[in-house]
Amino acid sequence: MPVTDITKDVDARTLTITADFAAPVERVWALYEDPRQLEQVWGPPDYPATFVDHELRPGTRSTYYMTGPEGEKFAGFWDITGVEAPHRFTFEDGFAHEDLTPNTDLPVSSNDFTFERTDGGTRAVFTSTYASAEALQQVLDMGVEEGSRAAIDQIDAFLAAA
Amino acid sequence: MSEPDEDRTDALFHALSDRTRRDILRRVLAGEHSVTALAASYDMSFAAVQKHVAVLERAGLLTKRRSGREQLASGDVEAVRSVASMLDELEGIWRGRVARIDHLLTEEN
Repeated sequence: MPVTDITKDVDARTLTITADFAAPVERVWALYEDPRQLEQVWGPPDYPATFVDHELRPGTRSTYYMTGPEGEKFAGFWDITGVEAPHRFTFEDGFAHEDLTPNTDLPVSSNDFTFERTDGGTRAVFTSTYASAEALQQVLDMGVEEGSRAAIDQIDAFLAAA
Repeated sequence: MSEPDEDRTDALFHALSDRTRRDILRRVLAGEHSVTALAASYDMSFAAVQKHVAVLERAGLLTKRRSGREQLASGDVEAVRSVASMLDELEGIWRGRVARIDHLLTEEN
């Protein structure tokens, strides 16, 4: 499995995932720069994502929506706060209304993604922080992509195919 | 406590970064303690221990009540479990994403 470490800080409500990919840093970065590739990995298979705006430049807002099996749409946005290509970017991830404007009633998480060269390719560290236990609960109630179960099934399928 | 509950508690203790807070949490999960009694257990000032208790309280891991001049602290076992289990759910989502990234990157080789 590419996931090599998972750290959960209950006190800080932070989840840190470390993963090693067998591809150069520039290749991994290209995935995050390209909305067509990014949407293939962001949403689970049952809730595919479509990025409407995405530039990966500081100060820009990316918008996306995910489409459920019944055609229902769940929108979100990223406010890109920092970019150090090809090694790091930071953003606030929140929920949006159907017209893709931010839904300020719902919590926002702070994210820090870093990519480092290793002997075998790239080490990625994905860090997400939630402001409070309530925020974390709300995000999960919204079904942070309804898909943890679908995502887990996807891993099983992936492992079975490997 | 059952075995899985203990595992989750172990994971929580692992996640808490400060040794003293871990120790305080362990005590208050076992039963209600006055902050004064807790402070007497550590080689630090009452104010310092009180600060640690406040951090645990803000994280929702501990609750306090007043009894006369005493502040009594107890661990919130349910809260401890729920934050840990919520992070477990997020882990599932992230494992899915990482698997998809890996798949996309290896597909083209």
